[in-house]
Amino acid sequence: MHSEIENMITTDILIIGAGPVGLFTVFEAGLLKLRCHLIDSLPEPGGQCAEIYPKKPIYDIPGFPEVLAGDLVSNLMKQIEPFNPTFTLGESAVTVEETEDDQFIVTTDKGTKHKAPIVAIAGGLGVFTPRKPPIANITDFEDKGIKYIVKDPEEWRDKKVVISGGGDTALDWTIYFAETLNCDVTLVHRSQSFRAHNDSVQKAMDMAEAGKLKLMLDSEVVALKGGDHLETVTIKSKSGDIIEEAVDSWLPLFGLTPKLGPIAEWGLEIEKGAIKVDNATDYRTNRPGIYAIGDVNTYPGKLKLILCGFHEATIMCQSAFAKIYPDKKNVLKYTTVNGVNAF
Amino acid sequence: MEDLIKITVIDREGEAHELDAPTDMNMNLMELCKSYELPVLGTCGGMAMCASCQVYVENDKASLERNDDEQAMLDDAWYVEDNSRLGCQIHLAQEHNGLVVRLAPSDDF
Repeated sequence: MHSEIENMITTDILIIGAGPVGLFTVFEAGLLKLRCHLIDSLPEPGGQCAEIYPKKPIYDIPGFPEVLAGDLVSNLMKQIEPFNPTFTLGESAVTVEETEDDQFIVTTDKGTKHKAPIVAIAGGLGVFTPRKPPIANITDFEDKGIKYIVKDPEEWRDKKVVISGGGDTALDWTIYFAETLNCDVTLVHRSQSFRAHNDSVQKAMDMAEAGKLKLMLDSEVVALKGGDHLETVTIKSKSGDIIEEAVDSWLPLFGLTPKLGPIAEWGLEIEKGAIKVDNATDYRTNRPGIYAIGDVNTYPGKLKLILCGFHEATIMCQSAFAKIYPDKKNVLKYTTVNGVNAF
Repeated sequence: MEDLIKITVIDREGEAHELDAPTDMNMNLMELCKSYELPVLGTCGGMAMCASCQVYVENDKASLERNDDEQAMLDDAWYVEDNSRLGCQIHLAQEHNGLVVRLAPSDDF
């Protein structure tokens, strides 16, 4: 039993979700000398701000007339540095169990275990999951020729691959697969234009011209065939031509979309896809010790704004402190008076 | 109120909802649907980056012309037809009075 605990990540506040609200929680907790660990399914901190709209300006962060979402994340990371937060990235929180000593153990999809007396769910709109094309038998071939995310590109070396999508991810992998992995690669895209950096688009066009890869524009994959493994994809063009291509693999790279996911099974009260909390007190859920802050929660008058999430995080941390140290006196401290005491 | 127009939204079950829409609140069609609690997610908040507010324009009260961001998003979306638009890119104005739209299929509802 002892060794099992040693293999566990322990902290004071376990934050699910490393978006802006999760990150700011580290700061407010740090002022109270509480340590934080964050879990996020994305490989980098920042949540939606980093994944969906890093280059979009935000105008309603108090004190910032204009700030790019990506810069807000960088600033928050700098702001919380003194409190030395730790991260489990690229993994999503799957289960929560309560222990006899009144703590929680949260386990990720990769089996990483975390133990803390307080869990703060700052999960935004949920876990980013790949957008899957609506082809009926697509799930039959997942991991049997179809993957939505490229993790280890070597897996595709020398293979015959079709990639779908019109964004940077699809274009960049198409170029990489052709250039570096010696793949016979075809990029299928529904339009003539791409939503990607101009130099990538130009490079792909040039490579297609030189016969190093194939571009099929105004086309889309509409059907899949195979037995135990994907064997062919059917590609339909706007003009109605249909061809069947034998492939080793198809990569539909259409980006990610958030889904509430396993947290919905944690016994928390859910209303319209969000976690119900008590906003009159401290954003507690119906499970004592588990809080929900930011876009993931709902209460009468809820506004899904980053600035409201910051407020919720601040209130929640005070409550978390009182729960962890019920007998300790604590008063609100001002950073102007006390500064930021790193640990 | 002269700032109000009528918009009809046909949901995925085929039921038509006639909505009063203000034109003086800088509102788009995605936001209007959400304000009436129709099943539209608007995940990206209206940045033409998710296609969860895709609608089919059923009459001539809204242009079928798409802006560049909207076109790029629809190029990577599903169930796209010639009359597809993103609700978040239709900014409600007097010219839309009498508009009829149908919600596109969604994996989320």
